[in-house]
Amino acid sequence: MAMIPIREALRQAMCEEMRRDDSIFLMGEEVAHYNGAYKVSQGMLEEFGEDRIVDTPIAENGFAGLGVGAAMVGMRPIIEFMTWNFSLVAFDQVINSASKIYQMSGGQYSVPIVFRGPNGLAENLGSQHSTSVDSLYAHFPGLKVVTYATAYDAKGLLKAAIRDPNPVVFLESEMTYGIKGEVPDEEYVIPLGKADIKRPGNDVTLITWGKQLFNVEKAAEQLAAEGIDAEIVDLRSLRPLDHETVFNSVVKTGRAVVIHEGFLYAGVGAEITARIQEACFDILRAPVLRVANRDVPQPYTTNLEKLVVPNPERIVQTVRQVMER
Amino acid sequence: MSQNQSLPDKSSLPPVNAEELTGLYREMLLIRRVEELAAKAYTQRKILGFCHLYIGQESVAVGAAVSTKDDYWMAAYREHGQAMAKGVSAKAMMAELFGKATGSSKGQGGSMHIFDRENKFMGGYGIVGGHVPLATGVAWAAKQRKEGRVAVCFFGDGAAHQGAFFEAMCLAQLYKLPAVFICENNFYAMGTPLHRQSALTDMSLRALGVGMVREQLEGFDVEVVRDRVAAAADFAREGNGPVLLEIVTYRHRGHSMSDPAKYRPEGELDEKKKSDPLFITLNRLKNDFGVTDETIKAIHDDVEVEAQEAWTFAHESPEPDPSTLYDYTYAPVEG
Repeated sequence: MAMIPIREALRQAMCEEMRRDDSIFLMGEEVAHYNGAYKVSQGMLEEFGEDRIVDTPIAENGFAGLGVGAAMVGMRPIIEFMTWNFSLVAFDQVINSASKIYQMSGGQYSVPIVFRGPNGLAENLGSQHSTSVDSLYAHFPGLKVVTYATAYDAKGLLKAAIRDPNPVVFLESEMTYGIKGEVPDEEYVIPLGKADIKRPGNDVTLITWGKQLFNVEKAAEQLAAEGIDAEIVDLRSLRPLDHETVFNSVVKTGRAVVIHEGFLYAGVGAEITARIQEACFDILRAPVLRVANRDVPQPYTTNLEKLVVPNPERIVQTVRQVMER
Repeated sequence: MSQNQSLPDKSSLPPVNAEELTGLYREMLLIRRVEELAAKAYTQRKILGFCHLYIGQESVAVGAAVSTKDDYWMAAYREHGQAMAKGVSAKAMMAELFGKATGSSKGQGGSMHIFDRENKFMGGYGIVGGHVPLATGVAWAAKQRKEGRVAVCFFGDGAAHQGAFFEAMCLAQLYKLPAVFICENNFYAMGTPLHRQSALTDMSLRALGVGMVREQLEGFDVEVVRDRVAAAADFAREGNGPVLLEIVTYRHRGHSMSDPAKYRPEGELDEKKKSDPLFITLNRLKNDFGVTDETIKAIHDDVEVEAQEAWTFAHESPEPDPSTLYDYTYAPVEG
């Protein structure tokens, strides 16, 4: 076991897979000579050369589409969006091309591609650089949507995403690239579509994903001090969704709160909440509540920005509401 | 900079002879007859949704296929002609239009999404301009793997205003990819004529903005298309980078089956029909090559049988089994 930052775990995942399979290439803005806008691809140009670590002009629709076309004929592109905010000008390629080509062609062409990059709030970047795209991409069948909080999950999930024969939207975070975690020395892959119980507990199920896990863990510690024993389910995959792990936990606790970035309205939390009440209605002892972004475009300045996204205090308050029922 | 670079004038192909031109005529005629039957089937509601006919433009697809049979092709939603020129059978085409399990995309795609992996026909696409970056990616793969293949991408004059088209051109030229972009200028983007879509009416000039080699040509004579696409494909195949060809053509029908095309100026269609590619080639066969009326009639009879058999095959084929509904959402994960 080594303690490594998340950006290095992601890099290890890409490098190991690229050594194993020469059809994989990494393409995006500043990924090669600049070593990545957030240094995730540091040193990869040196190892793999310009044919496999490829700088692009600022043309997200163009290079996202290029990746899809290359994937159709058997290459395995990793397309880096400098941030997922910029993917919105490539939305057509991810949705209309990547997610639909296997179906439109009657199964003749699969699209083994990973779109990856940082997602969600990154502090004081204003509204155009702070979008959480989770619900936008999770909406579409044909895509897999994956995210992580820890270095261990980042590496194992990215390796699985690269090996998957389908288009995978892989959501990272600028805020956590430097956070260290334990990663085994031996090779491992984490199958997509499996949630992970990050903290076992009996009183309430806290469902989350991505970097909100850290806020949820803080909230759980505070709740423990109040005598509330929370179980934390880290979804890791928004599509496909691991219903079994979610429902088993809710059946055990009878109470659930979903915590995520992105807006409450039509957010992924709404979908999970609906599914819990459909499957676990008779067992629920309180309504399923959600903690998510306030319903406003992200303001720039710190005090307002902090009001928008979930924080441990809001999570604790919401859990108390479900415990009072 | 390649602004001053142009395609070699001479094609690598010898001039057409009677046999080859007869074959090209037959291919164009088959596309025409299959589409005329498709139009009839559409009025009988055997074909549903959108159906964009290629009638009038057949020389472009058939001429382009001569030198690029083993290359990758992608096209837009008016792609029945390209699909058949690339090898999709009349039966698989018609069955797809009828929404049958025996269709080229198993009834999942329909008129706008014909795919045939075996013949490297990589799809019709319904978002105008959206498939041009995909073709750039196919060219990327062909170059990386040193396949010696090119990616041929067809789109219309309407697509030449899309950002996706411009980005694809930028990338293809930057990476010197083996791609041939074919803008089929049929003078109408749905109902909007060229002069009301664009201040620039020579669409091939778009290439100059990215330093790409370009050429504009008239595409009514299938041999001209055959020769200029061969020159472009050779150029790209030899590692010189991509080419933008604007092939001037004309569609005889409306944008889709629901469009009576009343926006055309009086007399325009009749005038353009004088350069109908089938008419031109028929005259050349008779006048330049002495092909007899008897031979021509035999071709027409033969094509009629093939087109009618495609109808019968499509009509009699089964619908997709409802149990297959979820089969094409995700490719299966190995292991």
